[in-house]
Parts: sequence; C-alpha cells; structure tokens
Amino acid sequence: MDLLNAFIALSNYVLIPGIAYGSQLALGALGVTLVYGILRFSNFAHGDTMAMGTMATILMTWLFQSMGLSLGVLPTALLALPFGIAFTMLLVLGTDKVVYKFYREQKAKPVILVIVSLGVTFIYNGITRFIIGADDQNFLDGQRFIMSARDFKEMTGLREGLAFKTTQGITIVTAIIVVALLFWFLNKTRAGKSMRAYSDNEDLALLSGINPERVVMITWMIVAALATIAGTLYGLDKSFKPFTYFQLLLPIFAAAIVGGLGSPVGAIAGGFVIAFSEVTITYAWKKVLGYVMPEGLQPDGLVQLMSTDYKFAVSFVILLIVLLIKPTGLFKGKSV
Amino acid sequence: MSNDPYGDRGNKDWSVGNAKGQGSIMPKASGKTHPAPGGPFLIGDGMTAGYGNGPDILHDCTIAVDRGEIAVIVGPNGAGKSTGMKAVFGMLDMRKGHVRLDGEDITELSPQDRVAKGMGFVPQTSNIFTSMSVEENLEMGAFIRRDDFRDTMTQVYDLFPILKEKRHQAAGELSGGQRQQVAVGRALMTQPKVLMLDEPTAGVSPIVMDELFDRIIEVARTGIPILMVEQNARQALEIADKGYVLVQGANAFTGTGKELLADPEVRKSFLGG
Repeated sequence: MDLLNAFIALSNYVLIPGIAYGSQLALGALGVTLVYGILRFSNFAHGDTMAMGTMATILMTWLFQSMGLSLGVLPTALLALPFGIAFTMLLVLGTDKVVYKFYREQKAKPVILVIVSLGVTFIYNGITRFIIGADDQNFLDGQRFIMSARDFKEMTGLREGLAFKTTQGITIVTAIIVVALLFWFLNKTRAGKSMRAYSDNEDLALLSGINPERVVMITWMIVAALATIAGTLYGLDKSFKPFTYFQLLLPIFAAAIVGGLGSPVGAIAGGFVIAFSEVTITYAWKKVLGYVMPEGLQPDGLVQLMSTDYKFAVSFVILLIVLLIKPTGLFKGKSV
Repeated sequence: MSNDPYGDRGNKDWSVGNAKGQGSIMPKASGKTHPAPGGPFLIGDGMTAGYGNGPDILHDCTIAVDRGEIAVIVGPNGAGKSTGMKAVFGMLDMRKGHVRLDGEDITELSPQDRVAKGMGFVPQTSNIFTSMSVEENLEMGAFIRRDDFRDTMTQVYDLFPILKEKRHQAAGELSGGQRQQVAVGRALMTQPKVLMLDEPTAGVSPIVMDELFDRIIEVARTGIPILMVEQNARQALEIADKGYVLVQGANAFTGTGKELLADPEVRKSFLGG
C-alpha cells in the first residue's frame, strides 16, 4: 500500500485533467443555460459558436506571433482572446438580427428556434472549415508546464510524477474569474436583474419598462464571451479541430441538463459531474489500484471501464438517466 | 392552424424549449403622440379592437377615469372587461377610436412607451416575478427610473407592511393576497400617473379581498386615478366613483357607482337582485 503515490497518480491523471475539463464544460454549459433561460431555446449552434470564436482567436494569435508579440510564459492566445470575443459578439448579434429576431417577433414557439439554431450550426460549421480548414490547429506557445512530472519527482523524491500544465492552470483561474463576474452581474447589477426578470416573465418585464431587445442583446454578448473563452481554453488545453467542437455539444448539453437547464449554478455543477464521469470511466485504474490494493491483489489488466473512444457515450448515458429520473436536474432548472 | 405557422404544435418538450414566461404582447412599433386637450385624465374613446387579424372584441367601447377617481369595469364573463383594459394599454390592434392621457393622444404608442408616459398596469395573472425576491420585484418596477427610488419603496412598504417583512423572500413563495400586494407595489414603483388593475382580488379570500380594497382606496387617496376590472361587482361598485357595465364588448350601463347599484336593471342582471 502506498497511498501517497496513489493520490499523486490520481491527481495527475484524473483530478487535475477533470477539473480543467470540467471548467471548460461549465463555461460552455453556462452559455447554453443562459440562452435557454433568457432566449428560451436550446441553442444547438453553441458548439460551433465556440469554434468560430476560437478560430478568430487563433487567427489573431498567429498574427501576433508573426508580429513577434508574446506574453512570455503565458500563451499569446490570451492576448488575442479579447479580439476573438469581440468578433464572436458581432457574429452572434449579426446572426440574431438576421435570423433569430424574425422568429422572436412572431413569438415563435421555442421548438422552432431550436431547429433554426440547428441551421445556424451548419452554416457556422461550414464557414469555420472554409476559413481555417478541418484539420487540427496548434496555437499554443509560451511555457508548457507550471510544473512538469520530472521536476515534481526530483522535488519530492516520489515515484509518481505530478504534471500541471500551464493551460490547466489558466483554465481553472479563468473559469473562477468568469463565473464570479457572471454571478455578480446577474445578481447585483441593474442589467443583470433585468435579464432575470425577462427570463421570469417577459410581459411583465415589458410592462416594467425593460426593453426586451436590450436584454436579448446583452444576453448574446455574454454568451459570445463565454463561448469564446470556453472554446479557446479547450483549444489551448487539447487542440482545435472544428469537428471536435461540434461534438462538444453533447457533453455541454448533458452538463446543462444534469445541472438543470436555466440554472447557472447547475451548469457549473453539471460541467464537473460530466467531466469527472468521463475521465473516471475512461481512465485505466491499473496504476492507482496497484498502489492501493494489498500485495497480491493488484490487477493485471488495465481496469479501464470503457475505451476513451466511447467517452461521449458516458455523457449520453448520464443525460438519459437524468432525463428519466430527475428531469429538472440537480439544481431545479426550468425544464419540465 | 394554417394561419398561425408559429403556433403551439409540437412544443411540449421542455428539454429543448422553455415556453414558461414567454411573452404574449406582440412587439409593436411606437408611433407619435399629438396633443388632444380636454376630456377626462385617461380615456379609451369609442374603441373598436381585436387581436391581430381576428374579429372585433370591443365594439365602440368607452372607458374613462378622471383625477382622484376610482373607475370600475364590471360585467359578465367574456364581456371584454380585461380586453378593454388591454386596449387602453395598447396591447390590442385598435381599429377605431382613440386613447388619450392627460391631454395627449397616445393611440399609436407601444405599451412600453405608455409605461414611460406614466401608466401603471397590473395584469390579472403572472403579475409578479416569481423567481425574484420581493425587493427585486419592486426594483424592477422602478426600472425606468434613474433617480433614487428608495423613498417610493418606503412608501410601498408603508402601504403594504407585510412586504417589508418578506422583502428577501422569493415572491413566488408568498400567499395569493401577498402576491397581489407585490403586484400593485411593483406598479406603484414607477410613480404612475394612473394605475390600471385587472381583477386585483382574483383568487383571494373574502377577508384579504376587503383588505386589498382598503389599500386600493388608500392609493386612490394619494391622488392616483385608478381604473380597475372587478369580478366582485357589488363591492367594487361601492367604492367606485364611476362604473362601467360591459356586455359583449360594448358599454351597457354607465354611471356613478351608487347609480349603478341603485339601477334595478343592473341589479337584476349583474348583481343578483
């Protein structure tokens, strides 16, 4: 038995990657849940909005890199991020003006907007591939590790190494800042409260003098910022490939629904539930169990419940279970 | 079905769409106002109106309230009482007639702009933000105000002391009578020049109803004209300076509250003898 090494191995392969992935999902799910709560439909275009935003950030990053601009140890993408966010805000506001506004004015039922957003998905998806291509893009620079596995081993003298990537650190810190800002905005500011009022009761918000179009505009801008940040963090941490972002829609929706659609706290909790489920189920536990189990009982196989190829099945199954057993999610959302 | 391509069909799946709280007031471009001096403070004059391309619901209907008055609209179910109120607030398509407020013709204004002009409206249902606290409800009522509205909030709390006690509680957790107080309080936060109440006592117990009527009289005494629709015709007419009996979208009887209560025909048809 070697609990310390077991814990280090667990942190290295499960906890830290899980927290980073969970933060990325949480940021994505927050965007989905805001659109659901305020604009009242499930925005299937969210994954591709993330892709578009990340693409804009990547193009800016390349421009900065070619100009020789950099942030030293931090990735240049952080410098390009505000430009990516600005681009995505213009993109979604333009889409809203051209597409969604028409349906909103007819008071179209949400299910129609869901299908409309699916159309927007395909258009975004096509544009992204057209501009940046369908392949993997690498835009990470700066120092790769805050702490590498080898440094950790030398420092502590343990057998297991603990690597902490710069991108993981940035993801976690950014997620905390963004979530704190968002909650402050929704609960304390006049504009944030007007968004909640509009979400609660559109007609009464109108009768209170709240301008619906302004609420919609602010919502889209926040959603654009969340999507771009989530997409860029995911791209830095893993890699950018348009199709991966389309696929991310499933774990993101699973996170939003598990937490309770329409509930921002739920979106965050859901993000971590989904991330840890995916990571723990697809992780090969041989190493950790090797330390924890008594002599002779250590497993020979990989003790991997499911191959990583099936990781989307995990979110799908969780989604099904939640919809069957507790459709309102962990934190009472608005659905059902 | 065919004339409503954006209707309700296939829209019961809440896991993809969130119809709760969706609005029904159709967006409307706001027009201009022009001066129209004289007449009562607020009047919907000869209104013929309906929804969208639908049939007329109101037929040459006139509703008015003057300064310092309480005007009450009564009538049988489906008489167009609430519709009349909504027409005055610009939520219907007016085919004929005018709405004038304080010497200004506001027929072309959108509902939002009427709020800015000083009209307060409390709908019959869904008249509070259930997920927000009582205090946030009042804050939202004061949304159009950029000045310090704490005084008004104190006044509302003085008028409805129970709300002060429950100000941090979600409004949706309150009892029916308390919700109605929140609803009226929210409308008062704009410091309206006229207050329109659509069945403020719907669904509350008789004791609470009496208390609400007392509060409404108190509001009226502060000088805000009140136009309200009421199901409890007898009690409402007792406190009314002016009463309108509507039948099938048209004025059937008009008079002071006392006159209508004394009118044998009104008594027989609407007040149960």
